[in-house]
Amino acid sequence: MIEYFVTSASSFSGDIDDLFNLITVIIGVAFFLTLGTFIYFMFRFRRKKGVKAEYITGEKHKEKKWTHYPHYTVIALDVVIIAFNIIVWVHIKQTLPPKDNLIRVIGQQWSWAFIDAGPDGILDTEDDIATVNDLHVKVNETYHFELQARDVIHNFSVPVFRLRQDGMPGRTIKGWFKPTKTGTYDIQCAEMCGYGHGIMGAAITVHTKDSYKETIAQINNGTYESHYQKRKGSKTPLPSDTAQTDKESSFARLLARVF
Amino acid sequence: MSQSATAIQTDTHAEHHEELSFLYKYILPVDHKMIAMQYMFTGLIMAVIGGFFSYVFRMQLAFPGESVPLYGIVGPGEYNMMVTNHGTIMIFWVAMPVLIAAFGNYLIPLMCGCDDMVFPRLNRLSYQIFLVSALVLIFSFFVKGGGFGGAWTAYPPLSTVPEYNLTDWGASLWILAVALEFVSFLLGGINFVTTAMNARAPGMKMMDIPIVVWFLVIAVILFMASVGPLIAGAVMLFMDQRIGTTFFLPSGGGDPLLWEHLFWFFGHPEVYVVLLPTMGIVAEIITVFSRKKLFGYRTILYTAFATGGLSFVVWAHHQFVAGIDPRMANVFVVTTLLISIPIAEMLFSYIATLYGGSIEFKTPMLWALSFLFAFLIGGVTGIYLGASALDVYFHDSYFVLAHFHYTFFPITIIGMFAAITYWFPKMFGRMMNETLSKIHFWGTFIPFNCIFLPLFFLGLAGQHRRIYNFSHYPDLATENLQDVRVFATTSLVIMLLFQGIFLYNFFYSMFKGEKAPDNPWKANTLEWTVPSPPQHGNFKKLPTVYRGAYEYSVPGRESDYWPQNMPPDKN
Repeated sequence: MIEYFVTSASSFSGDIDDLFNLITVIIGVAFFLTLGTFIYFMFRFRRKKGVKAEYITGEKHKEKKWTHYPHYTVIALDVVIIAFNIIVWVHIKQTLPPKDNLIRVIGQQWSWAFIDAGPDGILDTEDDIATVNDLHVKVNETYHFELQARDVIHNFSVPVFRLRQDGMPGRTIKGWFKPTKTGTYDIQCAEMCGYGHGIMGAAITVHTKDSYKETIAQINNGTYESHYQKRKGSKTPLPSDTAQTDKESSFARLLARVF
Repeated sequence: MSQSATAIQTDTHAEHHEELSFLYKYILPVDHKMIAMQYMFTGLIMAVIGGFFSYVFRMQLAFPGESVPLYGIVGPGEYNMMVTNHGTIMIFWVAMPVLIAAFGNYLIPLMCGCDDMVFPRLNRLSYQIFLVSALVLIFSFFVKGGGFGGAWTAYPPLSTVPEYNLTDWGASLWILAVALEFVSFLLGGINFVTTAMNARAPGMKMMDIPIVVWFLVIAVILFMASVGPLIAGAVMLFMDQRIGTTFFLPSGGGDPLLWEHLFWFFGHPEVYVVLLPTMGIVAEIITVFSRKKLFGYRTILYTAFATGGLSFVVWAHHQFVAGIDPRMANVFVVTTLLISIPIAEMLFSYIATLYGGSIEFKTPMLWALSFLFAFLIGGVTGIYLGASALDVYFHDSYFVLAHFHYTFFPITIIGMFAAITYWFPKMFGRMMNETLSKIHFWGTFIPFNCIFLPLFFLGLAGQHRRIYNFSHYPDLATENLQDVRVFATTSLVIMLLFQGIFLYNFFYSMFKGEKAPDNPWKANTLEWTVPSPPQHGNFKKLPTVYRGAYEYSVPGRESDYWPQNMPPDKN
């Protein structure tokens, strides 16, 4: 269901979508059964003239079973959910698959800095590639990231990868992802970080091998144009951005669509 | 058991009470009913402020950059301040005072059959501290730099370093207000537990206590047991802000994660602290309006104990991606999903109570039933978020926001309206207008769903929280998503407009409504045996209790209710 709203672009995003669907099915059945019973009771036992309510204490074993059976079902469903959840969680957060590349992600008020370890795979050497608000990665290669926060807590969030991780001041938090689909996507800060929290966006571009080389060459010879800036400019502006000149508000647009 | 349950104050009959002066009756009362009113009206005023904030920031989200009617242009700092204080106000200054303090104070002595709280002056002090805390919070909006805007969770270092949050005094006053509020509720909590345990009417055994009193007691015990670490944390945070300690600052060897643990160790039980009173209110209402005995009184009570106990070991599910050891997350997934079991059992028992009933859809019943419906959605969506792997995607997204509004809105707002419409005749001696109440119900319940159901889908689309303008996120700045935001905001405005009907009905009925009989709903509990409104000292003669609170439609009796204090030989 999530992939209907957001592209799935990393090796584990499918697992999270599957877990979401699994829980939706399990919970959905339980939810609609409960809701159905609830609505049926409301309708069936509405007040009628001359009909007195029954006296049921719910303390006898014979009566209690009606809440106990659903209750055991909930336990069984919980066990299934816990089991699948732990499988997915261990895969995403508890294990680090062998890396092809290493990057450092630094959050600070209110921008993102990315340092790619470059060909030698070691950070803080001369071949590092540093970019601001623009992350360039190669498709189908495993990336390890070291997440740091300079000032306050930030959250490195890439919705298309189904990845969110807090960066804690004073710590370096390790994680990984493996992009599987080329394109340019949003990076968000998903933890309140102050006045400019709303503008702390960045762009991640998943490249093929060739386009990656090209971009790195551009960065080195100074002809590089920020994908983040380009992307913000190229999108259709929100109605609000033009609201001062354009009299038709988005509310009016919504009404026009409905009627 | 019955020995210890007798009232300890025996010589305080109503005729001993003298007419009090205005000052001592309304401003400095020791009467639990008047203190309850003070809490309720303070809470309602704060609810108006919190509701206004939600209107302003939802308007900003729907029409970013445009001037909001009644407010003006919303800047990022103001937006953050309103989001932060909307959360703080709605939980600490609306849910807590109205559900726990107002209805706890009003109902516990009346339902337990005693003349007042055990410590009436402590009770008065607790309200006064609460009032000060509310004033400090309101004052914090107007200091230089504006009110605190670092989210209601106040994670350091953002909340401690003025250079980071840009609200030097706003942040300090905010934490001070929260700490004062905790002190006030600690005092109130002691009173609740002592009164309910020691001052019950003769004959009221543990299993005869109305569920709402039990749940209020469990709630304040949970509160008192969990708030200690946070008060300590609040003092540490305040010292970090004002005298340069570094409990939570890595630069001085501290750790921001410590605050998260202290905060959520309190923050999660707090959910059940506000949930349980509403659950109790709903139990009273559904039994009365379906003329049914509560299905499995003991089961419901024990599930509340289980929920309360478990709520102390689930806190880190707020921190799955906060940099805690990922192995620890597995433990908290198990405890978090375990808590769904007693809560589900409790909901099943409530639904089972309807079976075989004679349900009358009066307004309080509509509120109670809609609570069960909305809380069911809030509960099941919690399962998604309890699963740590999904939190990797949903952390701090609108899915979380929609989920907890589907729990907190039913708890706070629906629970509050259920309680007000049900006990209004007792509190003010007059009936509310039923037609207006029903219009208000549908005008609140339908827009409520229209606000928050779409937000689940925004969360699925990856929209993250506390962003004042999504145009900086091209994937989120699409027309479709913007339409959803506009729809949610429109629903909010409609819902807020319908509250005008409630206010009119509330104040009109208070003075001009139809006179209420002592027991308009034909309920069993003791508060309905005294005149509406009850006089100072409550009971003319302290009652004796003969049976539990839910003896409705007992076979062999002509009338379908059996008040707790009616001697068994009478019919």
